Amino acid sequence: MANLKTVSKKSKAQSMGMHTEVLTGRTQQKFFNPDEAENFYYFGTYDVDFNKRTELDVKDMTAPEANKEIDNLMSQGYGTIVIKNPQGKHSLGVGILNKLNLIFEGSLGYFGMGSCDGPIVRINGRVGWSCAENLMAGKVVIEKNAGSCFGAAIRGGDLICKGSVGARTGIDMKGGTIIIGGDAGAFTGFMMQRGRIIILGDVGINLGDSMYDGTIFVGGEIGSYGSDAVDAELTKSDQDWLKRKLKVAEIGENFDVSKMKKIVAGKKLWNYDNLEPTEKKGAI
Amino acid sequence: MCGIAGLIHRGKSSNVGSELQGMLQALKHRGEDSTGYALYGDTDGKNFIMRFKVGENVGEGSSSVMEDVSVYDERKKIVDQTLAEMGANVVKEERTLPYSLRYEIDYNVKDLLEFSQRIESIPGVEILSMGKSLEVIKDLGNAKMVCDRYSLDKVVGTHAIGHARMATESGVDIKSAHPFWGYPFSDVSVVHNGQLTNYWNNRRVLENKGMRFMSECDSELIAVYLAEKMRDGATLEEGMKASLTGLDGVFTYFVATKDSLGMAKDTMAAKPLVLYESDDLVAMGSEEIAIRSVLPQEIDTYDPFDGEVKVWQI
Repeated sequence: MANLKTVSKKSKAQSMGMHTEVLTGRTQQKFFNPDEAENFYYFGTYDVDFNKRTELDVKDMTAPEANKEIDNLMSQGYGTIVIKNPQGKHSLGVGILNKLNLIFEGSLGYFGMGSCDGPIVRINGRVGWSCAENLMAGKVVIEKNAGSCFGAAIRGGDLICKGSVGARTGIDMKGGTIIIGGDAGAFTGFMMQRGRIIILGDVGINLGDSMYDGTIFVGGEIGSYGSDAVDAELTKSDQDWLKRKLKVAEIGENFDVSKMKKIVAGKKLWNYDNLEPTEKKGAI
Repeated sequence: MCGIAGLIHRGKSSNVGSELQGMLQALKHRGEDSTGYALYGDTDGKNFIMRFKVGENVGEGSSSVMEDVSVYDERKKIVDQTLAEMGANVVKEERTLPYSLRYEIDYNVKDLLEFSQRIESIPGVEILSMGKSLEVIKDLGNAKMVCDRYSLDKVVGTHAIGHARMATESGVDIKSAHPFWGYPFSDVSVVHNGQLTNYWNNRRVLENKGMRFMSECDSELIAVYLAEKMRDGATLEEGMKASLTGLDGVFTYFVATKDSLGMAKDTMAAKPLVLYESDDLVAMGSEEIAIRSVLPQEIDTYDPFDGEVKVWQI
C-alpha cells in the first residue's frame, strides 16, 4: 500500500493551517488506493458503461422502489441514469456504492444521495435536509438551493450547491469538500473534524462552532464565529487550491479568492491523528 | 415531530380546503394523532363565525375521558341561552358532529374577550375560533380523515394554515391539537412545529396579565404570546420578531390573520421549513413534498434562515 501520508504533503497541509489535511481514513487508504485497484472488490457493485444511458420515471414509485430500480439498472450495465419526476421524494439515490453518472431532473426531499461512495450526481433542482450525508467519494452537484445539514458527516468527495444552503452545513464532516455558491445558515461547520467548506456568499451565526479540524473559506460576511473557530492567514497555496476547486466545480470561476476569509480550529487536540488500534496493527 | 403547512393566494381565491388537505396528507408520516385546519374562507364579512366544541372526540386513540353524548346537548343548550342573553342572533347553525359546532352569529361584539369568557365559562365548552373569515377545524386522525369528516375540501378562500400532530408533550385530544386561535383576537391563528422550553414561565406571566390558556400544549403559548403583544399595540410582525428571543426552544411557526400569513424560525434553525414564493402564491411546509402536492411542476424553493420572520399579505 502506498504511503499517502508523505512528508511533503504533510508539510504543505500544515503550511495551509491544517493540522493534517492528508486523510488517513479507511476509505482513502483501502478502497481508493490506485495501486490496489485491480484487487479491489466492493460488495454489491457492478461494472457499468457510462455510454449506456437510460431514463427512469419515479413519479409513481416509492423511494425504496426507485432505489431498487436504480440498482437493477446498474446491474444491467447502465452507467448513465436520468431520473425523471423525483418531485421532492425523500431518500432517493441512497447507498449507491458504484461508479455511476446519475442525473435527477427535479428536486429531492430529505436524505437524498445519502451514504454513497463513488457516483457522479447532478440534481437539476433543490434538495432537502441532509443531502449526501456520509458521502464517501464521488461528486454531487445541486443546481438550486439545499436544506439544512447539507453534507452532514461526509468523509470524502465533492459536494457542490450552486444556490444557498440552510443551517449546520458540513456538521460533523470528516473529509471531502463542500462548496456553496450562495449563502449558508447558522452553525455551518459545526463540530467538523476534517475537510474543507467553501462559501462564496454570507454565512450565519456560530460559524465553525466546536470544530476540531478542517478549514472553512468564506467570501461574504460572517454572522458570528462559534466557539473554537479562529481566523487564519490565507496563503498562496490556499488561493491556488480555491481557484482550482472552483473551476472544477464550475462555480464562481471569476470569484476573487484573495479576499476570502479562512477559518480554522483554534484548539490543538492531542493524539487526534493517531491511528485506531486495528489500523495501527495493520500498519505494523 | 409534527408537520405544518400553509399557503396564501395573493389577489385571488382558491380551493384552500382541498389544497391544504393535500399538503397535510403529504406530511402525515410526521404525525397523525390529530390534524387541524385554519381556513380563511370567502365570506361577506357581516357575521362572526364561531367554531366551538362542547366535548372531546373520545374515539380510538383519544386520551380524553368518555362522556355521555347527552351532556353535549345540555352544554349546547346553555351556549344558546347565553348567546340569547347577550343579544347575539344565531343566523346559521351547523352541527357536524355531536361535539363540534359552527355558528354564524349576527352580533356587534364590542369586546371579544368578555364574549369569549362568558361562552367558555360553560364547563366543557371551548371556542376553537372566532372571526369573520377564520374557521379552525381540528380533530383526531390524519388530514384526509378530518377533511372528509368536516367536508372541508369545498372551502374556498385566500389562505390557510394547518398542522399534522404527533402528540409528545400533551394529550391526544382536540384541545391540544393545532391550530390555536389567537384568543381573544378575531381571525388570528397559529400552528407550530417544535418545542418551547420556557412554556411555564411565560404562561405564568401571561396568565397574570389576564390571558387565557385552554390546554397544556406548549404551542398554545405562541398564540397567546402574540395576542398579548398585539393587545399592547404591537403589529403582528413586531410580535413575531419579539418571539424569537421571548420564546425559548426550537420552533418554526406560522401565524395567520384575516389578510396575512407569516412565518418565524428560531435562531438555531432547528426545525425544518421549505418555502415557495411567487407573485400570486406562497406555499410552505415542513417538507417539500407538501408543496409538491399543490405544485407538482418543477419550482424553486428554499429554506428560510435562522431567526427569519416573513409576513405576506393577500
